[in-house]
Amino acid sequence: MKIKWKLLWAIFVTFFKIGPVTFGGGYAMIPLIEREVVTKRNWIKAEDVADVFAVAESVPGAIAINSATFIGYRIAGPLGAIVAMFGILTPTFFIIIALSISYLYFSDNPKMIAAFEGIRPAIVALISFAAYKIGQMAITDKTTLVTAFITVVLLLTLPIHPAVIILCGALAGILLVLTKKKLGHEVHLGE
Amino acid sequence: MIFWELFKTFFIIGLVSFGGGYAMIPVIELEVTEHDWMTLQEFTDIIAIAGMSPGPIATNSAIFVGYQTAGLLGAVVSALGMILPSLCIILLISMFFNKANKHRTVQSAFYGLRPIIVGLIVYAAIKFALSNQLIGTISTHTFSLLCIFALSLLALVKFRVHPAFVIMSAGVIGVILY
Repeated sequence: MKIKWKLLWAIFVTFFKIGPVTFGGGYAMIPLIEREVVTKRNWIKAEDVADVFAVAESVPGAIAINSATFIGYRIAGPLGAIVAMFGILTPTFFIIIALSISYLYFSDNPKMIAAFEGIRPAIVALISFAAYKIGQMAITDKTTLVTAFITVVLLLTLPIHPAVIILCGALAGILLVLTKKKLGHEVHLGE
Repeated sequence: MIFWELFKTFFIIGLVSFGGGYAMIPVIELEVTEHDWMTLQEFTDIIAIAGMSPGPIATNSAIFVGYQTAGLLGAVVSALGMILPSLCIILLISMFFNKANKHRTVQSAFYGLRPIIVGLIVYAAIKFALSNQLIGTISTHTFSLLCIFALSLLALVKFRVHPAFVIMSAGVIGVILY
């Protein structure tokens, strides 16, 4: 198999350019990716992109990185997936390192301490907002509401590793849907 | 060895990081405080910076934690640990199960997974609120913190203000107030 270096390089550069502008999570990036890979480069079709975002959401990891990886695979196979992933990750990696260094440098500054004092409640608000947004999508009936509630109580009271709870959640989902079917209840699986 | 510890920790987190970065905050926090890599206060600062930076918040936090704990190489292994599970799963799906997300069992799994993600994020919010004296004590300081919280939430939900902008404004308010 001949490796298409030129194509791989083009993929890397395309996602490298998208990387630094992905402020505010992956969803902000969707139109950008579409413009680059569908309109400008004609690499894949518009309807395939919608498909990619749907799958990218259901795979662990950040949706932005996942989408890039999936698209990279569609364009140029496994190597395409790898270069797309590193393309989108590299710029933010160096930005974070730069910020890390300045944090170490400034973290004793009284002005910075005051700023972070104000930022912390905003972070709590940001996290609450994320819960609200995902909640709108995830809490579709009483079962899901109770599941979310039990999760919070368990995490607050018992020393369980969250990873274990996540895996149990997937299993519980399969069992719950099966039981509900047996009992003749209608279950909306989202879609 | 610290590099292997970082890689292993973030590999496991990467493997279960469903539903966007915010659900991973309590997971990363747990690992970071258990390993004594940083304090809860420092970790909150890291989340603040990771939230203001471009790129996914969970991956950003991993790079931060890696760098603060073990320098540049620490950042590299943490980032790799975080993304390798996604890469492997995506390659597998692309090669063998093109329509995996349409499969009934997969959809059922997500039926249970999604509310757990919500629970995790709510837990993260409570934990952070407690560790930053937002709830639990009564004083004028707490009151001002609560005001910033309420204003930020209002800006996000009602006026759809960009998160990075909310964080920066809160920072400015902090400099003025404290």
